[in-house]
Amino acid sequence: MRTLIFRTVAPYLSSLMVLFSVFVLLRGHNEPGGGFIGGLIAASAFAIYGIACGVSPVRRALFFHPMAIAGSGLMMASIAGLVSILAGVPFMTGLWVYIPIFGEELALSTVLLFDVGVYFVVVGAITSIALALEERATD
Amino acid sequence: MASSEKTPVDLSAAMITEPAALADWLVIAPLVLCMVLGSLLLMVRKDTRLQPFIAIPGLAVLVLLDVGLLVHVIVNGPVTMTMGRWLPPFGISFTVDILGALLCLTAGIAAFAGGLYGAGDVNDSGRRYGFYPFLFLMMAGVSGAFLTGDIFNLYVWFEVLLISSFGLLILGSERGQIDGATKYAFLNLVATTLFLIATGYLYGIFGTLNMADIAQKAPAMTDKAPLVTLVSLYLLAFGMKAAAFPANFWLPASYHTPRVVVSALFAGLLTKVGVYALMRVTLMLFPAERDVLGFVIAIIAAATMIIGAMGALAQTDFRRLLGYLVISGIGIMFAGIALASPSGVAGTIFYAVHSMIVMTALYLASGLAARAAGGFSIASSSGVYSSHVFLAAITLMLFFAVSGLPPFSGFWPKVILVKASLDVGAWWLAGAILLSGFLTTIAVGRVWILSYWRPAMTGGPAQDEAVTLNPLVDYLPLVLLTALVVIVGIFPQQILELSQTGSDQVLNPVDYIRSVFPQGGEQ
Repeated sequence: MRTLIFRTVAPYLSSLMVLFSVFVLLRGHNEPGGGFIGGLIAASAFAIYGIACGVSPVRRALFFHPMAIAGSGLMMASIAGLVSILAGVPFMTGLWVYIPIFGEELALSTVLLFDVGVYFVVVGAITSIALALEERATD
Repeated sequence: MASSEKTPVDLSAAMITEPAALADWLVIAPLVLCMVLGSLLLMVRKDTRLQPFIAIPGLAVLVLLDVGLLVHVIVNGPVTMTMGRWLPPFGISFTVDILGALLCLTAGIAAFAGGLYGAGDVNDSGRRYGFYPFLFLMMAGVSGAFLTGDIFNLYVWFEVLLISSFGLLILGSERGQIDGATKYAFLNLVATTLFLIATGYLYGIFGTLNMADIAQKAPAMTDKAPLVTLVSLYLLAFGMKAAAFPANFWLPASYHTPRVVVSALFAGLLTKVGVYALMRVTLMLFPAERDVLGFVIAIIAAATMIIGAMGALAQTDFRRLLGYLVISGIGIMFAGIALASPSGVAGTIFYAVHSMIVMTALYLASGLAARAAGGFSIASSSGVYSSHVFLAAITLMLFFAVSGLPPFSGFWPKVILVKASLDVGAWWLAGAILLSGFLTTIAVGRVWILSYWRPAMTGGPAQDEAVTLNPLVDYLPLVLLTALVVIVGIFPQQILELSQTGSDQVLNPVDYIRSVFPQGGEQ
């Protein structure tokens, strides 16, 4: 698969896909989208990059091991649930803060944190599987 | 939704408005702790030296939280926390009664012992493959299954523990392990699918998944819906999970392949989750339908215990033999479910606690004995008694306990169950319990005579140099579990009372329902 065209396009394609995955993640709060589908898009971006340029550049680019990324996502999701202990409400209750920025209100919530956690779990787990499969193929 | 419109909304129609007491967080705490520590350990997976130092204190905290939860439940009756403040049955409730809390605590203790033993038994590559993260995620699944009050959520926790257990099963990626894991995975996936189908069916009938809600609505539905079919599906699904006859073959085929500590945890925890789920569904949710199936369950129970004990007699591998003893124990627990009398269910709860501890301990002991005697084969290993007297003494106690001989923990629940069977005239069930105990005694006696008592063979596996066992990571977990076996055997009163209260709460779930629906009625 290491053709010149693919190798040239893959980095741009991957970065666009990662950007798009973040868009889908944030959009998912009120409209179709969300952490799971966003994570899948990002994972396919890394998979494409891996197919084009080999697995080790992807691992270098990710810096953290994919499973560690998945772990951090799980931790984020758990912490998103734990925040409610401070508010005296049951586990996993959605809590919002509204931060005014440039005259607009930015709504941050534990729900968003949870969704970002899901995003990382999916990115980490799927990328880990994809990279492992690609590694075998290139042997 | 995202913007901060300040229109007043009556939240009390959809949400729980009273604040959650800090003590109620104990309901969810074991689970959250396992998730957080599991994810943390996943992040430091490569740092194999650091992992035990996070994991073992973490498991100790887990045990403390479980103790706290049990005390909370004993003092206040069943407790509920509904996730996200949504009113039940729409929010997912975690409802804990004594049955759940007691089994959760026992599982925590077994996991603590396993984690400690794993510090010596699981080498660096096993840790890099993720022994500790998988252990914590499996404990999250096990605790979640014991604590949840929502049947679909129970399914989710089954999946969590199943997937983590796949990871643990193939920790070394050896040929035999993959072979065992394939059988294990296939049969468990079939069982999980059945569980899911049954749950979908249940949702179609009741329109709710909250267990308290179902328990409320089930009596009115008895004549209107094919509930016996539903309960039969659940019986098949959980029977497969619990390795009851005739779906018991996967257990001896897979439990002897992974690392000793993994076998120990599986034997202690996983099958009991199946038994627990079956108790929840048959005894609490659908008692009337269970009465229809009572005789079938009794036959399954008798067949499982006898086949387990006979299988144990036929084995020459110590670990495979223990696998059959697990099955035999499942049969004994099923006897209480078949009887469904308060004392019978109390016997099942007590036996589940006993079995979790003693089976974990036996597998750990088998690992140490194999190190001392040079293998798991009963025929070729020998001389443990002469080289490791202490280990031999502990194992003998565990052998007595698993056979149900006094004064160890296996004795009391068997007495209760035999008496409960005789009370309803099921002499053959009582006979099966006694016969399986007798056969188990012979089976473990054989191991004792050949592997332990027989003088070390010359010319056998080279055992000239004495194998030294580490007192902290090798002996301490075993001593801890054996101490519990002895203490429960000599002072059974506490556990007995707990089992009886737990059995009352399951058979008559008024408090359970009230804890989910404080108004005592429909939403």
